[in-house]
Amino acid sequence: MSRSARPSIALALVLALGGPALAQSKPEAPRNYGVGHVATPEQLAGWDIDVRPDGQGAPLGRGSVKDGEKVYMEKCAACHGEFGESAGRWPQIAQGKGTLASHDPVKTVGSYYPYLSSVVDYIRRAMPFGDAESLTNDELYAVVAYVLNLNDIVDENFVLSKETWAQVKMPNRGGFFDDDREKSEKAFWNPNPCMKDCRGPAAITGRALSIDVTPDEKTQKRGVE
Amino acid sequence: MTNPNDRDGSTRRRFLAGAAGLAAAGASGARAENPKNLPPNVPGWTRQLGDGVGVRAYGNPSKYEKDVVRRTVPWLTATPESSVSFTPLHQLDGIITPNGLCFERHHGGVAEIDPGDYRLMVHGLVDKPLIFTLDDLKRLPRINRIYFLECAANSGMEWRGAQLNGCQYTHGMVHCVQYTGVSLKLLLEQAGLKSNAKWIMAEGGDAAAMNRSIPVSKALEDCMIAYRMNGEMLRPEQGYPARLVVPGWEGNVWIKWLRRLKVGDQPWFTREETAKYTDLLENGKARQFTFVMDAKSVITSPSPQAPVKQNGFNIITGLAWSGRGKVKRVDVSLDGGRNWRTARIDGPNLDKACARFYYEFDWKGEELLLQSRVMDETGYVQPSKDALRKIRGVNSIYHNNGIQTWALRADGEVENVEVG
Repeated sequence: MSRSARPSIALALVLALGGPALAQSKPEAPRNYGVGHVATPEQLAGWDIDVRPDGQGAPLGRGSVKDGEKVYMEKCAACHGEFGESAGRWPQIAQGKGTLASHDPVKTVGSYYPYLSSVVDYIRRAMPFGDAESLTNDELYAVVAYVLNLNDIVDENFVLSKETWAQVKMPNRGGFFDDDREKSEKAFWNPNPCMKDCRGPAAITGRALSIDVTPDEKTQKRGVE
Repeated sequence: MTNPNDRDGSTRRRFLAGAAGLAAAGASGARAENPKNLPPNVPGWTRQLGDGVGVRAYGNPSKYEKDVVRRTVPWLTATPESSVSFTPLHQLDGIITPNGLCFERHHGGVAEIDPGDYRLMVHGLVDKPLIFTLDDLKRLPRINRIYFLECAANSGMEWRGAQLNGCQYTHGMVHCVQYTGVSLKLLLEQAGLKSNAKWIMAEGGDAAAMNRSIPVSKALEDCMIAYRMNGEMLRPEQGYPARLVVPGWEGNVWIKWLRRLKVGDQPWFTREETAKYTDLLENGKARQFTFVMDAKSVITSPSPQAPVKQNGFNIITGLAWSGRGKVKRVDVSLDGGRNWRTARIDGPNLDKACARFYYEFDWKGEELLLQSRVMDETGYVQPSKDALRKIRGVNSIYHNNGIQTWALRADGEVENVEVG
């Protein structure tokens, strides 16, 4: 290689490596397109309904187990059952303790929910089914208190509010862990999966037809549009 | 395509009465044909003029395709407003799902939002809380992306064994369309993320006000706010006028009828990411934030709703996808997983999108156990159902990506089975 070629190679290296690296170290400021309007506190207040585990977002108000029973019987019991046991196929919301490791796990507020906020936030936004965001804050706290009582988490004299929030101990608080599939299921990564004689002859061990729960297709056609 | 008359079970069973009859039936025996339409006769549709333009202002499929519809399993749920309808995978081909056939999963029915009154709020740990109209979103630079969307509960009824006899029901909670919209990164830049921004809660404007937390890292990586699918505006049941697109991640986080994005420093642990969409393992502990959809494939035809009609040359086809990237290859087995051959992928094979595979073979009428197995670009190989059960138990409900087995019988009928 001649001496005279070196500077141009060096320049090429600067362009190839240094150029992009410099560009990355000083990213262009994101462009502001001037689209959208600043949200006012009044606008935010009407939609800002989420509640976090630490109680952030929990509304003002209070409700007792006793008051909650009235709300529950009027607005909840038809679907969830008078004792949270469920009516028909609607969700069971009480009891089920000790079933999670069985072959018939029953997931309820008492047996499964890790946080009080998950219950409050959900009821506040989505319940009663078909009449969302209709409960007053006091009704919300009361009905949650009653559901907690159905699950033996609080006693019958309990009053739920921001102030008593931290007293509620959810039984399954420690029942969850973050996604670990890339470690615990590492065996599923295999660059050379078996292609030939991977197992003995396969035999049928179960049939959907013998269970017979598949809907009849002829009853589901597109109507006149 | 199938003549609707063929869907009559008794006709089909009679025609498929045995391998001999099946071979004799050949290409034409099954159809209720009208000799007046067959050569040397000239059919009516050739002699007479058809409808003029504009008669079908918004076109529908041929009247002979009226059985190609989303279907439901009524016993699954207490009410149709919080339920699911399934994509008819067995009647489709290619990788793009037609808009009207994309499966539905609602938790409070279909919100009918007036686009003029649509608002998207972005607030929380941002420099400037903003509200966007639909026109605002459309003024921002656009991107087009093709992605699959799979419900975490797809195949959820099959954990304890073969249950539903149809690919539509076992695997029909997946679709793949092209989205047009705004990069979520660009949208968040308009509000300006604060340095402690770690999670974003997305919330729908439907009667369930569905809300999920996603990490800011994913939001900035490849998420988008979509307002179009396959060129036209989103269908109401897919979140009109705007939804969140979270490529490769479980469908539940793709919030429809998106009304609010709130930025925070920790996840919200909403009901949908604690009581639901967590994966209960055999020891009673549950995995949370299992966002990524593991690689999965299924033979869509033949399948129980799409039996084999003739001996000789036949086409096995199906779909494969992975939440971790591109499909690398798909293998097909005719003997229940003992031996495998690599299938042919045809058409676009894109990041976190469905890929279409084919395996052509000659069928002599013998009984076969059909399976497909996908490997993605990270080297993840779709596990057998037993391998999955061994590691997760049968209580997970969600994320069942085990290998599906279809038993092809001598009479051409196909059954959902388990093999051991």
